[in-house]
Amino acid sequence: MSLKKIALNELNKLFAALSLTKKVYLPVEKAGQYDYAPWEAGVEYRPEVLHTVKSAKSVFFPQSEDLVRYRRSGLSLNIECEAPEDEDFVIFGVHACDVKGFEVLDRVFLSDPADTYYKARREHGAVISVMCGRPEETCFCGTFGIDAEKPGGDIQSWISGETLYMEALTAKGEEIFSQLGGIVADAGEDDAKAVEETLSGHREIMKKLPLSSLTTEGFGRDADLLGLFNRPEWKELSASCLGCGTCTYVCPTCQCYDIREYNTGKDIRRFRVWDSCMYSDFTMMAHGSPRPDQMQRFRQRFMHKLKYYPDNYDGAFSCVGCGRCLQKCPVSLNIAKVMKKLGGAK
Amino acid sequence: MQGISAKIISRAKELMRDGTVNKVVGWKAGEFFYDCEPYVFETEESLDGLVYNRFCAANLSKYMIKNSIATGEDSLKVLVLLKPCDTYSFNQLLTEHRIVRENVYILGVGCEGMCDIDRIRENGFKGITGIGENADGKTLTVRTLYGDGEVVIDDVLVNKCEFCKGKAHKIYDELISDNEDEGPRGDRFAGVRDIEAMSPGERFAFWKGELSKCIRCNACRNACPACSCRKCVFDNNASGIASKANTDSFEEKMFHIIRAFHVAGRCTDCGECSRVCPQGIPLHLFNRKYIKDINEFYGDYAAGEEAGQRGPLISYTEGDIEPAAVSDKGGK
Repeated sequence: MSLKKIALNELNKLFAALSLTKKVYLPVEKAGQYDYAPWEAGVEYRPEVLHTVKSAKSVFFPQSEDLVRYRRSGLSLNIECEAPEDEDFVIFGVHACDVKGFEVLDRVFLSDPADTYYKARREHGAVISVMCGRPEETCFCGTFGIDAEKPGGDIQSWISGETLYMEALTAKGEEIFSQLGGIVADAGEDDAKAVEETLSGHREIMKKLPLSSLTTEGFGRDADLLGLFNRPEWKELSASCLGCGTCTYVCPTCQCYDIREYNTGKDIRRFRVWDSCMYSDFTMMAHGSPRPDQMQRFRQRFMHKLKYYPDNYDGAFSCVGCGRCLQKCPVSLNIAKVMKKLGGAK
Repeated sequence: MQGISAKIISRAKELMRDGTVNKVVGWKAGEFFYDCEPYVFETEESLDGLVYNRFCAANLSKYMIKNSIATGEDSLKVLVLLKPCDTYSFNQLLTEHRIVRENVYILGVGCEGMCDIDRIRENGFKGITGIGENADGKTLTVRTLYGDGEVVIDDVLVNKCEFCKGKAHKIYDELISDNEDEGPRGDRFAGVRDIEAMSPGERFAFWKGELSKCIRCNACRNACPACSCRKCVFDNNASGIASKANTDSFEEKMFHIIRAFHVAGRCTDCGECSRVCPQGIPLHLFNRKYIKDINEFYGDYAAGEEAGQRGPLISYTEGDIEPAAVSDKGGK
């Protein structure tokens, strides 16, 4: 595995070179907040921004996307399906937590029958990850066995001083390097040392994170499903939940969606849109909602992350410890509080 | 504020012990010093977890809709902690018959202004692990995983506190407060005037930039004490306008504009909408615009100042302004 390098202030050359043939998504500022958006001249990568508001999943699984359009002309009905993604793109600057988030979505959307739209984006998208520079106090990826030092993807990279060091992990990653040509240089032995120093500094910080001792004990495949489901503490844990969708919409692993239709006046568009189990009409059926009160909806979200998903996918959890819900819940409810309250050997 | 925190806990315990109340709605200490969560305390012991500090910005008034309505219990008396600004929301909910007053015991708590952890982060602090209020009363020491620093409290106040309405409680049964009322702080309409001064094109671009960040999580609506419909039209699939999509189209802007119109005349400017928005959209500016217009058209009016008052938008007088006044303003 060979290490490549590029100065941080040269990154725009890298984005420009890649942009010749493909879109490059990265965290872009809009009115004070960062979300993934295509690079264009003038956009700078800001390594000190730890998290985008919406996670990187929005590139592969957009918040809303049209699927089908219906239009009536005379006595005939035209039905047009949206074409799946057919152009290559790159997503730059993803941290380990969000990269693991892609794997959580993959298990759902790529298992048979695969989701056509998601699959096309995954096939056409390449991920360039960057190790998080300064984790926040709300970070707890280690709880789910994620190694922040090896952020993964097609190319993984580390920032040391004013330089970005990159390593290809897949054929897609190698292909990107070949496209970049002389824009990235081969790194030497001193560079490897610089990376190692960055890593050891990072390791020290990870040990000091306030949630570093949070464990998944009491959850997962071996946990007692009904025991967990019937715990009386769900009531107090959820008592102040507003029932908004913030936690689900900032989450890198929430994958529930709704399919709806919209009359534009000219045609009917059937679109897919992120749904939230916090909402009163989530999984609404003819008889009504299977979860009529907020406690049940709240429980659903955490049971899904910590029990149902592991049951369905070989024990893997569907939380990556990014901490977005800890930072964004309007009333400070979050998965860490749930895990502390309900976890342990009970 | 630490001082009154102990007083609040001991008084709440007393009131629970002597049977005056059987529940307490307050803020509970969280994982960190800043993530205080609205919480219903049901036992005296649990009150040890109550916290009142610089990070108790959440307005508890709206929780009293569900917590003041008895469901099967013989006697329900719930203590709620209200900061001065929260009492406006409480009064407005009383006016709208959404809270059962006789089931509530209001313990008004003094407030020196709440801090916004996001604004502290915007000052460049990462990995924040602790905070200390300095002796000067004007600065905070911020402790982080990467070293310590200082911020000026005035620079990191929650928006609503930057433009504090005053330290006087508008309704209470009992007060614990060390604060003198010094009246309103700052000019809360300055931000509105800045937008009014824009050209229509600039104004459109400003709101397009802000509102296109919306992820349609509905946090603003769900936190808003004026949004207390049992079923929101946007959640009603039979309404034809229910929508979960965030789009960059005009529809998204309509959601926020319609919501602001719906709460016009009832919004107390409690600022929860902007506080809870995960995208930092300054939604309060819509509400302040309507409050400013109402003040200019009908004379100064503060929703929630008193319970039971009739707002200008629901009381007709012959002197009411003619609709033509709107077009005379040139779209501002």
